[in-house]
Amino acid sequence: MFAFVVRRVTQAIVVMLVISLIGFAIKHQIGDPVRDIVGVSVSVAEREALRDQLGLNDPFVMQYARFVKDALHGDLGHSFFFKKPALDVITAKAPATLELVFVSSLIIILVSIPIGIYAAINPKSLFSRLTMGVSIVGVSIPVFLTAIILIYIFAVELHWLPSYGRGQTVNIYGWESGFFTLDGLKHLILPSIALSSIMLPLFIRLIRSEMMEVLETEYVKFAWAKGLSRYRIWFLHGFKNTLLPVITVGGVQLGILIAFTILTETVFQWQGMGFMFLEAVERSDTALLVAYLIVVGALFVVVNTIVDIIYGLVNPTVRITGRK
Amino acid sequence: MKKKWRRFKNSYFLYSFKRDWVAVASFIIFTMLVLLSLSSPLLAPYDPYDTSSIDVMDAEIPPSWMEGGEERFLFGTDIQGRDLLSTMFYGMRLSVFIGCGAVLLQAFIGILIGMISGYLGGKIDAFLMRIADVQLSFSTMMVAIIISAIFQVAFGVGRYEELAAPLLIVIIGLAEWPQYARTVRASVLREKSKEYVEAARVIGLSPRRIRWRHILPNTLSPVLVISTIQVANAVMSEAALSFLGLGMPITKPSLGSLINAGFEYIFSGSWWITLFPGILLVVFVLVVNLLGDWLRDVMNPKLYKG
Repeated sequence: MFAFVVRRVTQAIVVMLVISLIGFAIKHQIGDPVRDIVGVSVSVAEREALRDQLGLNDPFVMQYARFVKDALHGDLGHSFFFKKPALDVITAKAPATLELVFVSSLIIILVSIPIGIYAAINPKSLFSRLTMGVSIVGVSIPVFLTAIILIYIFAVELHWLPSYGRGQTVNIYGWESGFFTLDGLKHLILPSIALSSIMLPLFIRLIRSEMMEVLETEYVKFAWAKGLSRYRIWFLHGFKNTLLPVITVGGVQLGILIAFTILTETVFQWQGMGFMFLEAVERSDTALLVAYLIVVGALFVVVNTIVDIIYGLVNPTVRITGRK
Repeated sequence: MKKKWRRFKNSYFLYSFKRDWVAVASFIIFTMLVLLSLSSPLLAPYDPYDTSSIDVMDAEIPPSWMEGGEERFLFGTDIQGRDLLSTMFYGMRLSVFIGCGAVLLQAFIGILIGMISGYLGGKIDAFLMRIADVQLSFSTMMVAIIISAIFQVAFGVGRYEELAAPLLIVIIGLAEWPQYARTVRASVLREKSKEYVEAARVIGLSPRRIRWRHILPNTLSPVLVISTIQVANAVMSEAALSFLGLGMPITKPSLGSLINAGFEYIFSGSWWITLFPGILLVVFVLVVNLLGDWLRDVMNPKLYKG
């Protein structure tokens, strides 16, 4: 087990190094830190002096080493637009995104598990067939379209819910939270439904197919033969054993939700990392763009590594062969 | 030719197709949509790229059956006064074109890498598949968004918009190749140990010939199956990128950029600019997905678990 963890962590570090190399290459090729600092009215000689002083004329490898060292100290460069360290800008925006992802995952879990189980137990019932049909339609609707339709119905036509922004937030130890005010919660409803809609069909199908497979196994048949109660068989013998693949796929999919926050946040003008990222692209704010790349990259790598290690813990065959 | 046709007529493939009304309906709709989009210059009542025929005074006219609608614009007009129906046809042509181009590119990269990886094995295989794994774990959406963001910053907005269509093909192609590489590698590994490959080697054929003429054709049926679904994915990715403003510009709108443009006007009640392109996009992606599902069931029942 120890060797497996070491191998996974080493791999995660290598991936992070590659991401940082990509990030640095972008910065090196596209961004111009001198422009970020001085603007246009400074002479060429002064610029050159500044370049030397900042170490921009050093070899690529040296600059990269310095970049990694700074990154490890939590310095990901300076945002050209916000005139603040890029990491500060991101950490200020992160709570919004994380809360959105959290509520969406909650919706996904609470909705997909009961429906998935029901559809697996009664595969022929009308409701199950209906959900399967709806889920393939759901997969085909892009998340931004769902979001727009929700806005049109609930915000523009019915005026029930707000259509953009986070509403009133409460600051708890530097974490801007929308959980503790009615207004903030109201603002959360539409974006989190829109975001969860992208994963919901996938999860329902996954839980259904895994559970149907488990219900076909010998030990479940044996349990029926023993005359156990049906609820015991479904939930204790059946569902418990479907959880394993669901958790592994689910863990990775929840990481992927971060990618879709960019789309959701754009529609709802949600002041999170994804919205900030697009603004950074529009403003050509290279430092912020690179910082986002590295922070989100780290987030993905950490989530995937943890999921892999949990999977290794519960399923020994993975850690022995070392590959999926 | 005639013989082939008869063989096709009696095949299980056609038989199962005719029995599945969902597949037949999707196929009909799919063909209609593709034909409509390909022949849009002939069929569309107006040319949305022709700036001389566009009048801003016509902007935001509702569909013809609504109050204030005009007969000449069946589905109304968009914010620039273009006929929405024509713009949708042209937009769909762009979406289909970009989607298919991107799938061709990713199939090319993916098959090449999958073949190398599966046939050579060893360290090269481990290395290439690690890259594919890592890239997949970031989700293709994220990779596509980040590559296009980098391209946009690197090229500048103006130049990016000029080159948007080919760039989008490259972006989506680069973002989604691992799917192909994995599929091809898996079936190459399966085929490699079969007897016909052994036989080919024994009679002294060159490795290259074995690889491209013997193994590759036998790996193509899973490739065909994922290709359909990949087209749907590519069209979705293109729409998402365009919606984010990282894709087709509004002067040459794809379905995604039309939805984006319409979204800003939804609060003033002009829902049709968003809704109609949206429905067209969803229908197209849906029928491609349904066809893909059906194809997967027919070609490879074992592969059912996605």
